[in-house]
Amino acid sequence: MKNNLSSGRQIMQAARCAFPHTIPIFAGFWFLGITYGIYMNVSGFSFVYPLLMSLTIFGGSLEFVAVEMLLSSFAPLQTLVMALMIQARHLFYGIAMLDRFKGTGWKKIYLIFGMCDESFSINCSVQPPEGIDPGWFMFFVTLFNQIYWVTGAALGGLLGSLISFDTEGLEFVMTAMFVVIFLEQWLKERKHDTALIGIVASTVCLLLFGADTFLLPTMACILFLLTVFRKPIEKAGERA
Amino acid sequence: MTLTQQIITIALCALGTMATRFLPFLLFSSRKPTPGYIRYLGNALPAAIFGMLVVYCLKNVSILSGSHGIPEAAAILVVVGLHLWKRQMLLSIAGGTVCYMLLMQFVF
Repeated sequence: MKNNLSSGRQIMQAARCAFPHTIPIFAGFWFLGITYGIYMNVSGFSFVYPLLMSLTIFGGSLEFVAVEMLLSSFAPLQTLVMALMIQARHLFYGIAMLDRFKGTGWKKIYLIFGMCDESFSINCSVQPPEGIDPGWFMFFVTLFNQIYWVTGAALGGLLGSLISFDTEGLEFVMTAMFVVIFLEQWLKERKHDTALIGIVASTVCLLLFGADTFLLPTMACILFLLTVFRKPIEKAGERA
Repeated sequence: MTLTQQIITIALCALGTMATRFLPFLLFSSRKPTPGYIRYLGNALPAAIFGMLVVYCLKNVSILSGSHGIPEAAAILVVVGLHLWKRQMLLSIAGGTVCYMLLMQFVF
């Protein structure tokens, strides 16, 4: 590297570069986080619960399910199995990020800890510009996203049912973001076998198994198809 | 549930989540070379995962009842159209979301 920037300035640059990528997530996470906090509040929990749960679990869908668990009778084994099943898709994220997280030092622990759907999607699809440290870039993407989620959840828990929304439909911001990321990925690659495998496998499994249980069979299908078609997919990848 | 039981329940949720996030990194340490099959999966998975996440977001949309998925389909078309036209991530996301909110609040 030719510049002699102090590491402090480099870190700031990475933060500034990461921030715009997290703006849609700010909108989505505040909306969902506040909704989650309100849900906990009206279920009879103090704001400390959504605050601590969003800090330690940091995985939206499971946190909503956890409210139900806290309201039912104590069932530790069932809780753990449920958590593992709902969160199993993170196994895929980890495999996809094995190389990218290499050489990020101590930040790696936090990058893995905070790897929710949204942070994974940005860190996996965005190539930080030349001169920006990828480790710090991914660190700030993850940190900003977690700050949005935790503050949203705590705020919802504090304000509770005091606020009424006229923001119906704002939750679509997450869908829109995943559509854009999927589209970017699609435009980048010459062959679309793997993208199509993802769409078709999930749609078929959704129709067969229903909205609550389709993720695990989907993951099994994707794994199976990627394994069976490894040769042609790898060949196509070489040409791209 | 007692307070202790609540804490254990929350801790188990966190533990389950972290197990799924950390496991691949624990299994394939950065000191040893990653097996070829896993490297292949690492390259091939993202496109499939993004497809899966799009479907996951739409999992509760019912084609046969309610608004028949029309607002979702329209908003996704807006997102894709805007993105192919301007290739500005924030614009595409904001445009599609505003379109969806207008449809949900005033039409459906």
